[in-house]
Amino acid sequence: MNSSIAPAVRERTSLVRSVLANPTGLVASVILLSLALVIIFAPAIAPFDPVKVQVFKVNAPPDAEFLLGGDGSGRDILSRLIYGARNTVLGALIAVSVAGTLGVTTGLFAGYYGRLIDTIASWISNGLMALPAIIVLLAFFQALGSSIYMSMAVFGVMLSPGFFRLTRNLVQGVKHELYIDAARVSGLSDLRIITQHILLVIRAPVVIQVSIVSGIAIVIQAGLEFLGLGDASLPTWGGMLQNAFDNLYTAPLSAFSSGLAISLTVASLVLLANAIRDRMQRGDAPQRLRHLKVPVRSTSAPAPASADILLEIRDLVVGYPGRDGWVNVVNGVSLSLKRGEIFGLVGESGSGKTQTAFAVLGLLSAGGRILSGSIYFDGQDLTRASPSEMRRLRGRHIAYVPQEPMSNLDPSFRIGYQLVEPMMKVLGISRAQARKRALELLGHVGLADPERVFKSYPHQISGGMAQRVLIAGAVACKPDLLIADEPTTALDVTVQAEVLDLLRNLQAEYGMSIIIVTHNFGVVADMCDMVAVMRNGAVVETNAARELFAAPQHEYTKMLLDSVLEDSKPRTYSAPQEELA
Amino acid sequence: MIKYLLRRLAFGVVLVVVVSTLTFFLVFSGGERVAANILGDSASSADIAALTHKLGADRPLLVQYGEWITKAAHGDLGSAWTTTGSVTEILWRRVPVTLSIVGTAVLMMTAISAVLGITAAVLGGWADRLIQVVSVIGFAVPNFWLGLLLIIVFALDLRWLPATGYVTFASSPAAWITSLVLPVTALVLSGIASASQQMRGAVIDALAQDYVRTLSARGIGPASILYRHALRNAMPAALTVLSVQFIALLGGAAIIERVFAIPGLGELTVRSAIVGDVPVLMGVVLTMIVVVVIVNIVIDIINAWVNPKVRLS
Repeated sequence: MNSSIAPAVRERTSLVRSVLANPTGLVASVILLSLALVIIFAPAIAPFDPVKVQVFKVNAPPDAEFLLGGDGSGRDILSRLIYGARNTVLGALIAVSVAGTLGVTTGLFAGYYGRLIDTIASWISNGLMALPAIIVLLAFFQALGSSIYMSMAVFGVMLSPGFFRLTRNLVQGVKHELYIDAARVSGLSDLRIITQHILLVIRAPVVIQVSIVSGIAIVIQAGLEFLGLGDASLPTWGGMLQNAFDNLYTAPLSAFSSGLAISLTVASLVLLANAIRDRMQRGDAPQRLRHLKVPVRSTSAPAPASADILLEIRDLVVGYPGRDGWVNVVNGVSLSLKRGEIFGLVGESGSGKTQTAFAVLGLLSAGGRILSGSIYFDGQDLTRASPSEMRRLRGRHIAYVPQEPMSNLDPSFRIGYQLVEPMMKVLGISRAQARKRALELLGHVGLADPERVFKSYPHQISGGMAQRVLIAGAVACKPDLLIADEPTTALDVTVQAEVLDLLRNLQAEYGMSIIIVTHNFGVVADMCDMVAVMRNGAVVETNAARELFAAPQHEYTKMLLDSVLEDSKPRTYSAPQEELA
Repeated sequence: MIKYLLRRLAFGVVLVVVVSTLTFFLVFSGGERVAANILGDSASSADIAALTHKLGADRPLLVQYGEWITKAAHGDLGSAWTTTGSVTEILWRRVPVTLSIVGTAVLMMTAISAVLGITAAVLGGWADRLIQVVSVIGFAVPNFWLGLLLIIVFALDLRWLPATGYVTFASSPAAWITSLVLPVTALVLSGIASASQQMRGAVIDALAQDYVRTLSARGIGPASILYRHALRNAMPAALTVLSVQFIALLGGAAIIERVFAIPGLGELTVRSAIVGDVPVLMGVVLTMIVVVVIVNIVIDIINAWVNPKVRLS
C-alpha cells in the first residue's frame, strides 16, 4: 500500500512549491500567512485593549497613539482590527467545516452508491441552493439563540451543496475507472477504496472549494454583523463596519480599514484558489503562450506547373504552442492531388493526417499555425490567403465531411436550416431555391423521407442519417475538393459500406477530388486512387493504392499492412491480399 | 415539454411547502423569548406571559401551524407582532421596492456580463485578463462596503446623488432612477463578476463544439457562427447562471437596503429579525421562496423554448 501513498505525498509537496512559484499564489500565501500570525499573536501585536474606551478618542482621526484613529465609541481601530481577525476567521472556519464535512461526506456516498441516496441528496441540495442564504439566516437569528457562530454553522449547511455537487460529480467520474474496478475486484472494501483512491482524486478540487467558501463565509458573516446581528462585545470586522456606518457623516474614513481587511483576505483566498487551479490545469493552458513568435517564412515556392493538379502541399509544417515553444504536429508533409482523384491519407492517430486536412481547410484548432511550407489549391497558395479569402473558398470550392456525425450538427437548429443557411450564403440563392435544392440533396444522399429529415432536429435522427445529412451539406455547393475525415469510423459496419458507396457515386457524378483521412486500409483499398502513409507528422510513403498494397516500400507501411492482415481482412478489395500473400 | 414543466412546477410547490413548514417550526418555537425581547429588560415574567398569551404563542406549535397554514392558503398571513397592520399589507408595500432594485440589477448584470463574457471569450488577451481582475474584485469587495464607499464618494463628497432613501416611480421617475443608481451599482458588482466569468466559459464551450468547424467549412462567417449558433447554444448555461445570480442578488438586497435606507423586503427582514417579529419574518421567507420559484419556472420555460431537446421531449 505504501506505493500508492508515496506519489501522492510527492505531488503534494510539488503542488505547494508550484503555487508559491506563481507570483499571485505567493502574494496570496504571504498575506494569509501574515493573517495567521496576527491571529496567533494578537495580544502581543495589538497596542491597546480592543474594548478599552477613551472618551476623548471618539471618532478621532489617526494620531501617534491611535495609528488608525478611534471608532465611534473611542476605541483603538487598529487594535480592534487585529483582534477582529480572530473572531472573523473563527466564524468562517465554523461555516467551512460544517459545509465541507456535510457536503463531501454526502457527495461521496451519493456519487459512490448512487441511486436513492443520490436522488434524495440532490433534491435537498437543489432546495438549499434555491434559498437566499442571508434571508434565511436573518429569519432564523432569534430562533437560533442570537449567536453569530450558530448562524455561521447554519450557513455552513447552506453552503454544503457546493461541496456536495463537486464531490459527487468527481466520484461519479472516477467510479468506473479501471483502477477502481481493479481495487474492487481484488477485494478491497468500499471504505478503503473511498479513503485510498477516491479521496486522492477529490483532494485538490476540495481545497479550492474550501478557499472560495471561506471567502464567501467571511463576507456573509461580516454582512450579518454589519446588520447588527453580531455580538456587540466582540471586536469583528463586520461590527467595525457597522460602527463606521453609524458614524459615516462624522468620520467617513473609519470605514476603510476594516473593509480593506475583509477584501484583502477574501481576495487572497480567491487568488490562492486560482493559483492551485492553474497548477492543476497546467497541461491544457496554451492561451498563455499564444504570443509565441511565428518564424519568418521564406519566399513562396512556385505554383505547380500542371493545371491538372488541384492541390499541391509542399513541406507543410503545422505547429501548436507548447510549454517550450512550438510543437510541430505536421512536420514537412508534401503531397499532390490530381483533379477527380480520390486520395487516401493513412496513419495511426496522432500521425498528423487530420491536422494536414484542417490546414488545407484553414480551420486549425485555437493556437495552431502553419509555420512553413505551401498549400497550392487551384493555383492559389492557401498559406498566404487572408481569412476572408479562405472563407470564400470553403463550402464553395473546398468542403468537409467530419468524423462524428452527431456532434457536427448544431443541436439547436433544424437540419433543413443548417443546409439552407450555407447555400443562401455561398451560392447567393433565395430561401425557396435553397430549400428545394436541400430537399433534392437529402433524397440524393439516400434518405427515404427528405421532408421529415428536413424538419427534424439532429437528436431526432440516427448517426447514419446524420452522416448522410453532413455529406449532403458538404456537396451542396458542388465543391472541387471534398475532405472527408474518417467519414465512416463512428458508424455501424453495415452503414459504413453504404456511406462509402455514396461518396464514390457523388465523386463520379460531380467529378470532384476527395481526400479521405483514415486509419483503415480497407477504406483505402475500397476507394482510393492514391495513398500517402503518414507517421509522426510526416509522409513516409506515397504511391498509387494498388502498387502500395502490392509492394509497400517503407518498413512502417509494411508493418501497418501486416497488422491489418492479422486482425481482419480488408472489406471488399481482395486482389491486393492475394498479391501480398 | 409539458411533463418537464410540470415536474419543475411540482419541485417548486414542494420547495415552498417544505421550506415554509421548516421555517415555521423554527421561528415560532421561541414565542416566549420573543415576547421578552419585545418588552425589553425591565418586563416582569407576568407581563411576558401575558404578551405570549396575547400573541397566541403559548399554544402548541402544531395548533399554531395548522392555523397559520389554513389562513395562508386563503392569502392571510396574520398580523405583525411589533407594528400595526396585517403581514400581507406590509409585504405588498415592500415587494415592489425590492423588485425594482433587484430587477434593475438583474437587467444590468445580464447585459454587462454578457458583453464582457462574449468579448473575453472571442478576443482572449486583454479582455480575458480584465474579466479575471473584475471577478476577483467583485468577489472580494463586500457589497455593503462598496455601498459605504459609494456614499462617501458620490453622496457626501461629490454630492451628485442622494445617499439614502427611495422614491417611487409613480411620484417621480427621474428621482426614482437617481435613488436607484448607487444601491444597484453596489449590489450588481459581485453579480457581474461571477456571471461574466461563467458566460465567458459558456461561450468558449459553445465555440469549441465540433459543429462550429463544420459550419465554418460550409462557408458560414464568424459573425453568424457567434451570434446565431454559439450564443444560441450557450443560452442554457447562461440561464442557469442567471437563476443562481438572481437568488444571490435577492439576498444581497437585504444588506444593500439597510445601507441606503430603502424600505424594501430586505430592510423589513433585518428589522423584524432584530426585534423578533415572527409573523413578518415568516411572511418574508414565504414571499422570497415564491418569487424564486416563479423566476425559476420562467427560466425553465425560456430554456425549454431555446433547447429543442427539452421542447420536444
